[in-house]
Amino acid sequence: MQRVGVFVCWCGSNIAGTVDVQAVSEALKSEPGVVFSANYQYMCSQAGQDMIKEAVKEHNLTGIVVCSCSPRMHEATFRKTAAAAGINPYMVEIANIREQCSWVHKDIATGTEKAIILGKAAIAKVNLNTPLTPGESPVTKRALVIGGGIAGIQTALDIADAGFPVDIVETKPTIGGKMAQLDKTFPTLDCAACILTPKMVDVAQNEKIRIFSYSEVSEIKGFVGNFDVTIKKNARYVKEDICTGCGACVEKCPMKKVPNEFNLGMDNRSAIYIPFAQAVPKVATIDPNACNMLKNGKCGLCARVCTAGAIDYTQKDEYINEKYGAIVVATGFNPISMDKFDEFAYNQSKDVITSLEFERLTNAAGPTAGHLERPSDGKSPKTIVFVQCVGSRCDACAEKGKEYCSKICCMYTAKHAMLTRDKYPDTEVYVFYIDVRTPGKNFDEFYRRAVEEYGVKYVKGMVGKVTPEGDKLKVQASDLIANKQLHIDADLVVLAAAIEPDKSARPLATMLTASMDTNDFFTEAHPKLRPVESPTAGVFLSGACQGPKDIPETVSQAGAAASKVIGLLAKDKLTGNPCVAHSNELMCNGCSSCEKVCAYGAITYENKEFRMPDRTTKIRRVAVVNPAVCQGCGACTVACPSGAMDLNGFASNQIMAEVDAICK
Amino acid sequence: MQVNEHKPLIVAFCCNWCSYAGADLAGNNRLNYPADVKIIRVPCSCRVNPMFILRAFQRGADGVIICGCHPGDCHYTSGNYYTRRRMAALFSMLDFLGIEKERTRVEWVSAAEGAKFAATMNDFVEQVTALGENKRLEDLRCKR
Amino acid sequence: MNNQYLREELIRQSGVNPKKCMKCGKCSATCPAYDEMEYHPHQFVSMVESGDIEPLLQSESLYKCLSCFACIERCPRGVEPAKLVEAVRLSAIRKQGENRMTANDVPALLDEDTPQQLLVSAFRKYSK
Repeated sequence: MQRVGVFVCWCGSNIAGTVDVQAVSEALKSEPGVVFSANYQYMCSQAGQDMIKEAVKEHNLTGIVVCSCSPRMHEATFRKTAAAAGINPYMVEIANIREQCSWVHKDIATGTEKAIILGKAAIAKVNLNTPLTPGESPVTKRALVIGGGIAGIQTALDIADAGFPVDIVETKPTIGGKMAQLDKTFPTLDCAACILTPKMVDVAQNEKIRIFSYSEVSEIKGFVGNFDVTIKKNARYVKEDICTGCGACVEKCPMKKVPNEFNLGMDNRSAIYIPFAQAVPKVATIDPNACNMLKNGKCGLCARVCTAGAIDYTQKDEYINEKYGAIVVATGFNPISMDKFDEFAYNQSKDVITSLEFERLTNAAGPTAGHLERPSDGKSPKTIVFVQCVGSRCDACAEKGKEYCSKICCMYTAKHAMLTRDKYPDTEVYVFYIDVRTPGKNFDEFYRRAVEEYGVKYVKGMVGKVTPEGDKLKVQASDLIANKQLHIDADLVVLAAAIEPDKSARPLATMLTASMDTNDFFTEAHPKLRPVESPTAGVFLSGACQGPKDIPETVSQAGAAASKVIGLLAKDKLTGNPCVAHSNELMCNGCSSCEKVCAYGAITYENKEFRMPDRTTKIRRVAVVNPAVCQGCGACTVACPSGAMDLNGFASNQIMAEVDAICK
Repeated sequence: MQVNEHKPLIVAFCCNWCSYAGADLAGNNRLNYPADVKIIRVPCSCRVNPMFILRAFQRGADGVIICGCHPGDCHYTSGNYYTRRRMAALFSMLDFLGIEKERTRVEWVSAAEGAKFAATMNDFVEQVTALGENKRLEDLRCKR
Repeated sequence: MNNQYLREELIRQSGVNPKKCMKCGKCSATCPAYDEMEYHPHQFVSMVESGDIEPLLQSESLYKCLSCFACIERCPRGVEPAKLVEAVRLSAIRKQGENRMTANDVPALLDEDTPQQLLVSAFRKYSK
């Protein structure tokens, strides 16, 4: 039996005004387990706390009930008091007789009666309390960033700046991501490469950062502070530490007809390649699907011209094991496939392109060296039609497209239209829009400039179909304001394709047990208050993997994710919340009901040997809760059919006791 | 006012993050609701085992209300969805057990909705009062 | 005029939910009979939704719609304007004596170059 002390607070007149505190402390004296009961003006004051400490000493208390304000206010205070008095802080219960009693009732008799019942419920609960100790786990002071685009780069730089080592894993041969492919950036029109490549160099030169390019994460085990990750480093058939990136091999390679992914297949590269001039790491990579030497052993030219001797045709995939304290997901986005949008003739004509392809077409380092030329015949287009919302904002039951707004298209289309009119004033530029969405600093001004200063023709309406005819593209569209159907002979049609999360995100989320929405965007722990954390402890989100984002937003989210990581890595030990679930092995039948409802992946199963009454042993599958991951919601306790699962601090028998005390 | 008017006994389960805070806010704003409502704090509405509700009725409660965060706003991401499903299943069986369905309710109250909390409680108490005493499931052996 | 009863009836018959429309105009952009029509597919959706149906019932547009279903195919929101046009047309021709084409009209339209099937389907489409 506990030895419970009851302390009733007056809170000046806040409680004492509507509750007869003397009567409450008298009434609670005779409750089971109560050995001491008193009231005082301000329990939370130093004098009040000293009173508790003294009572603990004098009466040898094992449990404390404070009838006072909301536990959301002073639970922490009284727990500290208890700890200072030498009893376990979790042996304190609060009866909320201010916010939920004295402040909402006017009559002293009712207020007092209710306060007594609330006090009884708290006493009933504290009688069943058990001392709890928060679990501690060490923190590996190293972070993993998955994805090397602008989001991953910024996060890694910020974490490294704080002095913690960071590893970046990137599937492509170079970091840089989508931003490296862009030409100019809205709304200031500074060139993407000019602001991105210095950051890439910073990453390469930062001794706290390691880059695993051409690599992927193949396995993740462990939990917050203690992730155990296996990274698969794909064979690039070039020794990374020896290659100087001189490019002699690229020049000599006879296989020059491989579609260049970096330019979205609009030109070709060789079988051994460096994606672009400012690649980091600037190391060549051999494409095993294109290289003759790797396919049938005939060639070997690159090895002969490499003065450094970096080519290694026998290189194998390598697996690296590393421990991390925190993981940042920065897997980014891709434009959706245009295959299902037959009406825009994307697959029929080379002159129907996506906006990302348009970026490459206008980029000085792109396939046309920055001259705006039609992909089909190299002529400069005189009439260009931009179509917005291609695949965005579609109905859920439509077979193609996404339900959400892709957010960035309005601005980049305005940028493309403006730049085209700026460089080629004799070009006619139409933009077909449903709505123009430009919330952002200087964004709407930018769009208005495209219309008013650069003469871009914005038409409210949608393009219905595009038909290639001769060397023209017949565009049939509606102008809803003029109530007309337009027929435009265009030279180039640019589709603002919706964006979707990278395909690698889904398997990664499974490995991380991080939750995703139906569109495969990662879910944040709280949509407003914890936007850069995944509900899975120790996993953070950076950039477009969480939702469509432009560069400024991505960078700020990347910084926020980094600061969360730094906050975690700065700790030597993680103190958990002791109010977590635990399973009674003897009652658990291993049915997996609890695992299915756990939003955090905190429950695993292990086979355990049990000694039976007849002295035989039996191996049974039982649930094990990882206290470092469990957040203590209690969903599993209700799902458990055998009643094996219970929650510390809110145990079933405790809540039952409260119910009983209230209903008595 | 009738002298012998039955005062109902109502147990309210409130999740720690939204509804309990909403109840605190009702207090901060001095919004009155009947003292018949006694609140039990749980970490999340999904911690409420249907057993707790039946136990309350057995012990003589006249009404039980479960309050949680609004759908989509659960502190634990999905806890209130479980609550919604579990309670729908439980409530559909209550008539069979001898309790009027109207004695139970699930309500979403956010931490900012003090007024909604008070209004909900006023409304629920009225509803339960109209039903009268819960005699059908009450276990007389539990009476003291 | 705001005809709520007819509006609900048309919505029920066609199974179209005009509220899903985001007013992008892709239906009208894709319509091959656009220039023949006084009211265009997107206007049908918007006018039915607002209950402004009388002008549609009187309009020649009802018979200019080819029922090619391009608007249904292309609508990003799955609104299906052609079904709505169909419903309005039916409620026009189903009234007593409002058949657009009677059996007596057919011989006059016979012509060597006109496929018979065209007349059969036109007859089906324009009479109750």
